Amino acid sequence: MMGKKTLTFMLMDAPFENARTTTALRLIDIAARRGYDINVFAYEGAVYMPLAAQAKHANAVHGHDAAQEDHPLPREWVEAVMQETARNGGKFDWVNCGLCVDERGAAEAIPGVRRGSPADFWKMAGASDNVLVIPTK
Amino acid sequence: MKVLNIIETAYRATLEEQDDPVVWIIHAMKGAGADHDVLLRGNAVNYTVMAQGVPPLMFGDRVQKHAPRIAEQVAGLIAKGVQVMVVRECLAARGIGEEELMSGLTMVHQAAVPKMMNGFDQVWHW
Repeated sequence: MMGKKTLTFMLMDAPFENARTTTALRLIDIAARRGYDINVFAYEGAVYMPLAAQAKHANAVHGHDAAQEDHPLPREWVEAVMQETARNGGKFDWVNCGLCVDERGAAEAIPGVRRGSPADFWKMAGASDNVLVIPTK
Repeated sequence: MKVLNIIETAYRATLEEQDDPVVWIIHAMKGAGADHDVLLRGNAVNYTVMAQGVPPLMFGDRVQKHAPRIAEQVAGLIAKGVQVMVVRECLAARGIGEEELMSGLTMVHQAAVPKMMNGFDQVWHW
């Protein structure tokens, strides 16, 4: 059996714009199911991923009202992987880059998200078994 | 005004938006009376393959409903009268046979694209 790991993910893309956000969360979800300790440092547009104000909407092109559409919200996905980590005995630490938050006015995040700096990412990386950087292309 | 939309980047935010945002906005503008045609090139030629599907998406216990159905969304454009063109060379480079594609498409050669642009007032490259 593999021992408990600590993984750090650096995410950079804003949600709703490419496939990397979903791919990153899929990888994090696998780690969560294994009970790993998970660190995420959200840099640049990625600080929008846990934005509390994200809201579902209807979609006339799809012919759905808001309930039928059940629009994906990355804040719910982030919350779900946090809960999955806790269920499996892992620790989850999501740090939003503070300066990135300020320049975007993205301060209202879901519970469990804290404000930090690149120094936090440096500490996370040094204390991890591995680090995966998923940058904006 | 007639616009040619060249879609090259494929599967951009499709899981988070439950569709391709470019195909979606063309649908929405078409509904508002806009005159659009579409040219698929690069990886976006895969949008015309019928036998594609998205596996269920789940994070923790959060199950995401309504996976994107890109081929259906492109076929919907054709049904609305949008001409959807596909670059043959891009299909061939990816090993995609014409028998795998939806009906109603217009095949074009790469070399014919510049001249074809003359038939449009604007060209938007997505």
